[in-house]
Amino acid sequence: MAVETKTPAAGTTASDDREMLISGSEACAEALTLADIDVVTAYPIRPYDTVMQAIAKKIANGLLVAEYIVAEGEHSQFEIVKHASTVGARVFCGSSGVGWMYAMECLTVTPPLRVPMVAMVGNRALDDPGAFGVEHNDALSVRDLGWMLIWVDTAQEMLDTTLLAYRIAEDRRVFLPIAISADGAFLTHSQTIVQVPTKAKVDKFLPPYNRGDLLLHPDNPITVAPQANEDWVIEIRRQNNEAMNRAYTVIEEAYADFRRIFGRGPENPWFEEYMTEDADVILMGMGTISLPFKVGIRNMRAKGMKVGLIRPRWFRPFPTDRLVAALQPAKAIGVIDRDYSFGSPFGSGVVANEIRAAMYNAEKRPPLLSFICGLGGREVTLEDVYKVTDLCFEAAKSGKSPLKTQWLGVRE
Amino acid sequence: MAHFTCEVVYRGIFQKNLAARICRGIVLSSRKAGRWGIAFGRYGDSPQRNGIPAKDFAIVADTQEELEQNMARYEPKEVDVTICVDDTLSKGVESWAWYGLQPINQLIVPNGTLLMTSLQGPAELLKDIHRKETPYSLALIPAKASFSGLWVYKEDHTEARALGALAKLQPGFLSLDAVCAAIREAEWGSELKAASARKAHDRLETLAVKITEGNRETPFSFEKPKWWEMREGVTIPAIPVGKPMEGGKGYVPERNPYFKKFTTRTMRPVIDFDKCVKCTLCWIQCPDSCFDVTPDGLYDADMESCCGCGVCEAVCPAKECVTMVREDAFEDNASQWEMWRKDKPQYTAWLGNKIKSKEHVVRSHGFRFRGQYEQEIKLEMDQGGIEITAGIPGENAAGKQR
Repeated sequence: MAVETKTPAAGTTASDDREMLISGSEACAEALTLADIDVVTAYPIRPYDTVMQAIAKKIANGLLVAEYIVAEGEHSQFEIVKHASTVGARVFCGSSGVGWMYAMECLTVTPPLRVPMVAMVGNRALDDPGAFGVEHNDALSVRDLGWMLIWVDTAQEMLDTTLLAYRIAEDRRVFLPIAISADGAFLTHSQTIVQVPTKAKVDKFLPPYNRGDLLLHPDNPITVAPQANEDWVIEIRRQNNEAMNRAYTVIEEAYADFRRIFGRGPENPWFEEYMTEDADVILMGMGTISLPFKVGIRNMRAKGMKVGLIRPRWFRPFPTDRLVAALQPAKAIGVIDRDYSFGSPFGSGVVANEIRAAMYNAEKRPPLLSFICGLGGREVTLEDVYKVTDLCFEAAKSGKSPLKTQWLGVRE
Repeated sequence: MAHFTCEVVYRGIFQKNLAARICRGIVLSSRKAGRWGIAFGRYGDSPQRNGIPAKDFAIVADTQEELEQNMARYEPKEVDVTICVDDTLSKGVESWAWYGLQPINQLIVPNGTLLMTSLQGPAELLKDIHRKETPYSLALIPAKASFSGLWVYKEDHTEARALGALAKLQPGFLSLDAVCAAIREAEWGSELKAASARKAHDRLETLAVKITEGNRETPFSFEKPKWWEMREGVTIPAIPVGKPMEGGKGYVPERNPYFKKFTTRTMRPVIDFDKCVKCTLCWIQCPDSCFDVTPDGLYDADMESCCGCGVCEAVCPAKECVTMVREDAFEDNASQWEMWRKDKPQYTAWLGNKIKSKEHVVRSHGFRFRGQYEQEIKLEMDQGGIEITAGIPGENAAGKQR
């Protein structure tokens, strides 16, 4: 339950922020209220359902005026908001695991129709076995389709990113959907102290959604999504590709404005760098996996080991140049995937192979070690962190990458 | 090394199986001499609609390697022979698959051949067939268009005759013996069909067409936009609302400027405006919004957007007001109402001429009542037709029932 705390935490700067003890899902709902969304659809599945509950409560308490439609399944859930967005509504939707996969047809049509939907994916292992814990394969399944994908690691980042997401997705240069990934349980169900900005600041940051020439309205008579043959399809894909390319600039602009207006937020939108300045070994992983890794890194730094962390936020668009530049000084890179890609090159997870591909033309290609860890919500322990780091230092010394992907935290 | 490319232009649904059989026959006949081939329908034509111009292709080559150069594409850039199995397509074709009006002879290589089934003579046909920048030959198989629906096949030997004629045009690729052998082996083949192929081969007449000959009209066309010129979000502008016809009266709907539909037509409505009771039914029921409301409250079918479905005739309650007439009786898409307004006695004469001719008003496709097919068969037999149902199912088909 959301409880407003009385005393502002020490060290917070933005004095007119409200401080609340809320979960990542509730932080998302706070942002949705501030963004004054118009239409939200819901269909329960853990861990996403915490968001839908939080929004329902906002509406019931009169804090948010929005159409709240409970669909009969995820397929309809995503279709309804797609159409609502087409007629000019600011929309929100979300799901988890196999629920997200059930909406797949609707997820594929959203980017070509240039619908700036914001969705929250409460990352959850795909069935079978039916399980609730976190894996990133659900959100990653749309990585090639024109969805912008971002992973967050705190409730505060969830709130800020939700506001950023509307600003970026609804920019006319982009008009693409964004899925914000939050690790099930660790983020969706855990309450932490979050600074909630004022509506006045949000209004300054986030202009109303203007669908412009693509608005489906009697005053702008258009047909959306006609059938097309081979004479049109590649041009439509090319437009989509261009919109994704334009998103690089739009994301940079949005984060700069966010920092100016809210007085917080990262300089580098694309990934968080933690103790990487002089690091010989750089570890990488998305989402809340950063938390045990940061603890482990601090412990190892205390022992004089030069190790740091890069936590990618944006996976699509992928910050290729910037990431490659950040990885150039490393003597070894360790990528920890909370996902799998069976039969992939080296049996690696999705993130590790993306980094390999990005590094292919780099001037320096330090040894890259890939790990699969924490599947199904299995806790990532400090022992896992130390093991990864030790293997990376060995590779840094030998200059050679062990190509085989290693699974950590498996009973064997 | 040599290869031969052929297209069959046909009416969607009504001639779907006919076109497929011709193309399969070309490949199977060429195979008799060890050649390799491919037969395929233009993918963009699918799903077909009644009467919409569509294409099938057959390509045969001396070697598999040469054939590969012509595979994995929807439509060849040029063809040695265009086979047109309905002469109303000589006015040009506009399908799902391309944009603008494509003259029937557009893809034919210099000195290639246009092979048509038609009861019209070359002079009549060349009033419709567009002029071409290079000379070609026009070869005619005397026959009316072989129409049937998707579920039935008219066993009138058109496919055998087309293959026999092709053996005359391209003996290097398909010998007459090979064609006959392939026909015999086909599922619905028979000796009678092989005989039809031989007759068509022996009787085929071709005529050289000069670059000065043909319809001088410039076919409707447009440029496809660049990716950055296209609207985003898979959106297209809707058709705007229409305008009054003249003096603030009447109503002309706006229509899709990029897809005109009229080449789908094998019959068109001819309207006797003096019999119109202004009931509005044709205007309301037309699935293509092709009626203009005239200032005097009549309904004039716009011939660029009419696809000849016949709904107007079916719903019209006035006797002999709307009559469907075969498309080959017309040379242009001029407004009937304008003609009527200008000179009523002359229009009445023109109208009578069109609807009185039995040849013109015989339904070209589909049947209007149960038993019409049997009636037509009887009519044709009475006129000296040959009983061919003995070949249905053909000898080979009987064998396949085992």
